[in-house]
Amino acid sequence: MIILDGIHRAFQVGDQTVHALNGVSLRIDAGEYVAVMGPSGSGKSTLLNVMGLLDRPTAGTYHLDGHDVTTLSDEQLAATRRDKIGFVFQFFHLVPRLSAAENVELPLMLAGVDPTQRKDRVAKALAGMGLADRADHRPDQLSGGQRQRVAIARATILEPAVILADEPTGNLDQQSGRDVIAIIEELNARGIALVVVTHDSMIAGRARRRIQIVDGNVESDTVRETRES
Amino acid sequence: MRVEDITRYAVGALRGYRTRTLLMLLAMAIGVAAVVVLTSLGEGARRYVTDRFASLGSHLLIVIPGRAETRGGAPATLMGETPRDLTIADAMALLRSPHIRRIAPISLGGAPVSHGSRERDSAIIGTNADFLDIRHWSMAKGQFLPRGDDERAAPVCVIGATVRKELFGVQPALGEWLRIGQHRFRVIGILESEGHSIGVDTEELVMIPVAAAQTIFNNPSLFRIIIEAKSREAIANAKQDILNTISARHQGEKDVTVITQDAVLATFDRIFKALTMTVAGIAAISLAVAGILIMNVMLVAVTQRTSEIGLLKALGAPGRNILALFLSEAILLSSAGALAGMALGQLGSWLVRHFYPEVPAYAPGWAVLAALGIAIITGGVFSILPARRAARLDPVQALSRR
Repeated sequence: MIILDGIHRAFQVGDQTVHALNGVSLRIDAGEYVAVMGPSGSGKSTLLNVMGLLDRPTAGTYHLDGHDVTTLSDEQLAATRRDKIGFVFQFFHLVPRLSAAENVELPLMLAGVDPTQRKDRVAKALAGMGLADRADHRPDQLSGGQRQRVAIARATILEPAVILADEPTGNLDQQSGRDVIAIIEELNARGIALVVVTHDSMIAGRARRRIQIVDGNVESDTVRETRES
Repeated sequence: MRVEDITRYAVGALRGYRTRTLLMLLAMAIGVAAVVVLTSLGEGARRYVTDRFASLGSHLLIVIPGRAETRGGAPATLMGETPRDLTIADAMALLRSPHIRRIAPISLGGAPVSHGSRERDSAIIGTNADFLDIRHWSMAKGQFLPRGDDERAAPVCVIGATVRKELFGVQPALGEWLRIGQHRFRVIGILESEGHSIGVDTEELVMIPVAAAQTIFNNPSLFRIIIEAKSREAIANAKQDILNTISARHQGEKDVTVITQDAVLATFDRIFKALTMTVAGIAAISLAVAGILIMNVMLVAVTQRTSEIGLLKALGAPGRNILALFLSEAILLSSAGALAGMALGQLGSWLVRHFYPEVPAYAPGWAVLAALGIAIITGGVFSILPARRAARLDPVQALSRR
């Protein structure tokens, strides 16, 4: 589903060129569960941004669902992000003035979905996260775990093919972190591919496939043979 | 994205940052209110002055002896070479013009007026019966000067309220005799006090037949002739007729000046309109200032909401949507401010009318519309830059902030 071929991403910092990604080639199939690990500054976040179409590679090609997405316009990129990709961030990125329900509704609003359908879908999504009674709360009235669950409901409301999560538990206590991981693993079980960038080897240990990034290159790419269920 | 969603989202953002919203509303409102109040003052002053002039009478022309000199040198009157007299016969000859309805020759001077032992100096106007109708004056008691041959000096007079009080006190004045200079006149009427009539105070006047006044002042020339044309359209023809008639009677010399009321009115009208435009322009500067304020505040808003913008992009909003969101936010804001300012301005001009009822301070429609339009357009134009900045934000950098 995601096919990266020779992806480079270089930044200009002062008069120096920093190569965040150095020819990464990678293939992630539908429904996979991938943990991306690596030290700070290794380029793993850049990799996630490129996969999420937030960042354009300097060189290389990227095929998403069989389409070359390296040449799309801003408008087409936005539409592709909306329809195929769900983001989960370390800092949740909920809009503070909007209620939980309104935050979850944002992708539907941006997609121009009929307002009468939205309420139902939002209510179902929140109920699925166990947040039915928190729909009218603003983010500052929610705990960290609840906020991340609102963010996950938002990321999945348009039923994306892949969820890209950047340190989804990095800002949560252990218990909430485990809850959040359980939820996204359940999504994965329903067939949504999952790419998680993390420092936490406990989380990484749960993924079937682990990709180690060092200095903008894939250093190791291992698939665990034994499956725990 | 649907239009109603864009609007709802923008309204939500405005409500989410109340202080910012209220301050910007205030700035816009003050700008618009300034335009409305100042133009209503200018317009009020214009209408006040033109109303006063209109109260002189309608379709008036005024004939003044001597010609306005347009070339160098002092006017003939100053040099002592008085032109031919403008006589009562000249005035009566003008009545032959089909464009002229009424004529009042006027002879003006001052003389001691006495009754018994009381005496005062008073302005004396010599004229005829038509004067009352031309000036739209009315009588408090008795009647005005009698109709008849204007060359005949009937010994009758009409006096103003103050003169009556000073000379007769509580005694009845009608039918009594009083002395003007060396001549005796019978009081046949008392003038109604006119609230506002430019130049003359009717309460201080004594009016006598024009021929009598010429005798008292020993001056065969009229001070001026007031003429009422038959209609507004007849004014130009009447003016031509006056010049032709006078020139025929004065051996080809057009030695009079004709002023039309319309010309005077038009001049005042122009002056006050220019004044109103000027104050409107000055007030419009405050709208431009409000526009710059909006730009400033929107730039701050874009910086404040960087991560929100990044999020919207990640969720699939193209730059176009972000632009629309921020533009509609600014336009909603400036529209609301403009409407509030209009209400404030109307309240202001209502207060002016309340405290100065004689000044009809209504803001002209063009000024109100222009103020609203300029306010909304400035709001929109000045927020293009911030909105484009928001639309072009790099989502990776925008999201890297928490």
